[in-house]
Amino acid sequence: MTFVAMVLVLAGVFFLTMGGVGLVRFPDFYTRMHAAGKCDTLGVLLVLVGLAIFEGFTLASAKILLIAVFLFLTSPTATHAIARAALTHKVELWTTEGRSEP
Amino acid sequence: MHTFFLTVALIVLAAVLLSLYRVVRGPVVIDRIIGVNVTGTKTITVILLTGFLFDRVEFFIDIAFVYALINFIGVLALSRYLEQRGVTPRRPTS
Repeated sequence: MTFVAMVLVLAGVFFLTMGGVGLVRFPDFYTRMHAAGKCDTLGVLLVLVGLAIFEGFTLASAKILLIAVFLFLTSPTATHAIARAALTHKVELWTTEGRSEP
Repeated sequence: MHTFFLTVALIVLAAVLLSLYRVVRGPVVIDRIIGVNVTGTKTITVILLTGFLFDRVEFFIDIAFVYALINFIGVLALSRYLEQRGVTPRRPTS
């Protein structure tokens, strides 16, 4: 059981780190949004499920799973709200020829 | 197990530093907001791992839950505000 928890936590940490690297390296707002939104949701979800498995059947693990469900609902909502604010006001888009309007 | 949690928390803190770089050097204001969102989401993980490090998970879980709530509401309010007021599009200084 501890081994499963360790594997889940390590996978989640991998996704979190890759999300951070993508946030630094990508050239455009929308591509950064792609890296941050998906990698963060999956990574935090994996880490929280791993910690809940490590804790066992207690009230604490139920609360951790509650946080996981909450993040799974709210993180894509926040990402969608930010992307919509950017798209309404036409933040510059990155293309191979240079920068252009979306 | 203590060493494992400490290592994982340090790696996640390094990822938090990567996203704080985007907060400091975001060309548009909306880049900074997404950096703050990612930083808050990663900080929830760090708070829970701190709870496992000190064997006080029951207290740190409530802190993490309140942090998730505040992060979500803050980012949502900021993005709605910017949607009404307008994002000033500037050329990135890369």
